Amino acid sequence: MKSYRLQLMVCAGTGCVSNHSFEIKDALEKEIAKHKLQTEAEVVTTGCNGFCGAGPLVVVQPDGIFYQMLKVSDIPLLVEEHLLKGRPVKKLMYVPPKEEAPIPKMSNIPFFSDQTLVALRNRGMIDPENINDYIARGGYKALAKVLMSMTPDEVLQEIKKSGLRGRGGGGFPTGIKWETCKRIQSDTKYVICNADEGDPGAFMDRSIIEGDPHSVIEGMMIGAYAIQNICEGYIYVRMEYPLAIKRFNIAIEQAKEYGLLGEKIFDTDFNFDIKVRRGAGAFVCGESTALMTSIEGNPGEPRAKYIHTVEKGLWDKPTCLNNVETWTNVPPIILKGAEWFSSIGTGDVTHDAWGGSKGTKVFSLAGKVNNTGLVEVPMGITLRDIIFNIGGGIRDGKKFKAVQTGGPSGGFIPENLINLPVDYEELTKVGSMMGSGGMVVMDEDNCMVDMAKYFLKFTQEESCGKCIPCREGTKRMLDILENITSGKGKEEDLNLLEELSNVIVESSLCALGGSAPNPVLTTLKYFREEYEAHVKDKKCPARVCKQLLTYTIDEKQCVEVGHGCGVCKKNCPDNAIIGEIKKAHHIDQNKCGKCGVCYDVCRFNAIRVE
Amino acid sequence: MSAEILTKAKEIAKRWKNKPENIIEMMHDVQNEFNYLPKEILETLSKETTVPIARIYNIATFYNAFSLKPKGKHKICVCMGTPCHALGAPKVVSALERELKIKCGETTEDMQFSLDISGCVGTCGLAPVVIIGDELYGPVGIQGVPKLVNKYKNK
Repeated sequence: MKSYRLQLMVCAGTGCVSNHSFEIKDALEKEIAKHKLQTEAEVVTTGCNGFCGAGPLVVVQPDGIFYQMLKVSDIPLLVEEHLLKGRPVKKLMYVPPKEEAPIPKMSNIPFFSDQTLVALRNRGMIDPENINDYIARGGYKALAKVLMSMTPDEVLQEIKKSGLRGRGGGGFPTGIKWETCKRIQSDTKYVICNADEGDPGAFMDRSIIEGDPHSVIEGMMIGAYAIQNICEGYIYVRMEYPLAIKRFNIAIEQAKEYGLLGEKIFDTDFNFDIKVRRGAGAFVCGESTALMTSIEGNPGEPRAKYIHTVEKGLWDKPTCLNNVETWTNVPPIILKGAEWFSSIGTGDVTHDAWGGSKGTKVFSLAGKVNNTGLVEVPMGITLRDIIFNIGGGIRDGKKFKAVQTGGPSGGFIPENLINLPVDYEELTKVGSMMGSGGMVVMDEDNCMVDMAKYFLKFTQEESCGKCIPCREGTKRMLDILENITSGKGKEEDLNLLEELSNVIVESSLCALGGSAPNPVLTTLKYFREEYEAHVKDKKCPARVCKQLLTYTIDEKQCVEVGHGCGVCKKNCPDNAIIGEIKKAHHIDQNKCGKCGVCYDVCRFNAIRVE
Repeated sequence: MSAEILTKAKEIAKRWKNKPENIIEMMHDVQNEFNYLPKEILETLSKETTVPIARIYNIATFYNAFSLKPKGKHKICVCMGTPCHALGAPKVVSALERELKIKCGETTEDMQFSLDISGCVGTCGLAPVVIIGDELYGPVGIQGVPKLVNKYKNK
């Protein structure tokens, strides 16, 4: 293998690719050739680096110099200064919010330095489309270890001891799931990787697959070996992730070529094969029984789980389903040992598998936070650490209002609980849940009633319609919320919402319905005054709910500061703004469609919203 | 139905070994190929796989990925993930509706554009996100909408 003085790791996650990182790569290669540095510097495309808000990214190894928000026109300077003259380019480096000095090294940037990488161990370090890169970083070593030197029972015990729990949201102890599946007598069993990451605002699984697909495959193989009698594995990926599907298929082909998938793996009696199935845009298919029904070629409707899927799952055979992140955690546990894994996190799992949250959790940090992207942190870290240290605080100096965890099944956590440690039990206690790891930060400009309505609309649309509480109940709740946000709400609506929520939670068939009211319940609990303002005063304090707003122009500001620029008039879709250039403008309330365009386009802060 | 389309349908069925359990995968391929699910093809798939046509329509209407109506040449999708919503995706949808003069879910008369909303595409760092064909754009502000649409006009 050839070695290079410098390696330029270009991020090729979906975020950076859509910001044209491949053009950056081409430009780098061109400039390197121009300066005849091909033998010294290599350009590598890696999976998602995590810091999606700062893309396109390039990290120059071995020093780990971090360049962000690159443009093709920056490349000649970068190559000449850094690669040729050895002078890293300061103006292309990351500068923390409210500071002036750039931070050259990736490892010193708070977004990266406060993270603990287990599931994302290879991020930004390997080319996901090249199996050799994965192997060079210790890939498939854990598989070799279990096949050569461990019995299936030993593998199972190791996973049980580690305290690993399901990362898809439920938090079911992985070892117990495997053990139950193993215990059922059957010649044919299946393992499934659930990559139907449907929670809006969550992209952990996408990044893991795009950046390190082999780690998922290796985890599944170790699971299959431990459970035994597994004939096949399935990976169910949602079709919204085309790049993830492509990389999985490439990874499977390469693994087959190397004899790592197929028959007589490592010359043992262990055989294993994996198929990729595409989801078809149904959120409910993230639910295990619905997912299996979908793989069988049916509409993805869930079933009641009197009999668990570990007994009767795919084609009525015992099936062990785990989430992408759970499978990825398996190889490092085998290599480094259960003690190492359980030394990270909270609680004690030696006697009770539910006694703590061990290891790390990947969160996708998004919304009104400065550093959006993917973060992996040890369990037990506080929300404050994630949002304010790693996330760099709230954008534009606004005030933090709430953080939403767990997607449509989770809830909103208010500012006074910001010191809450992140683990399965703590988040459930406050009415939210770990979920798959979406973490969306809200600031003072977000209306909590509107956000609750957003989630309910989502679950209502995604409800498969099989059971009445979910189908009808969420519809009625949505009606009430529509009324509240359009000024037609009544005071008794708030109690009715709670009552309906409790019925839906109690009586729905699957977890989609069972957790659908959580966003409403938590906002009612922590932000009741916002609901009351909508209902009693017919006002939206965050100025989001359109029908409760009136837009006006501060004429003084318009003339004196903006000189009657007329941008609002030009952009108003309803032709509701009257005025001439250099003179004060005003809004004809009869014509105003309350779209908010004028507010967004005015650069002089002259639009008032009440 | 033209012989060509029939051959295509049979080819897609064969790609998935004519197995009934692979019907969703076949429908994905049809959707990608034709931008919607033509009736004749679904009937052919039903014959080739023994999956009843009623079941195929059940699947086609259950999953958001499938459309029974032809879609525009350029499919515009606005991501409706939480961060996109919080950062103004509904305003972007309104702006696109005004620009294209259609409602969300519709296709323009000249079959150039269709406008839909999509579940979270997982590029939350770029919110609000708009996807046109295979290209992903973000963050998209309402002022950038006319320029974005123009890029695809007559293309």
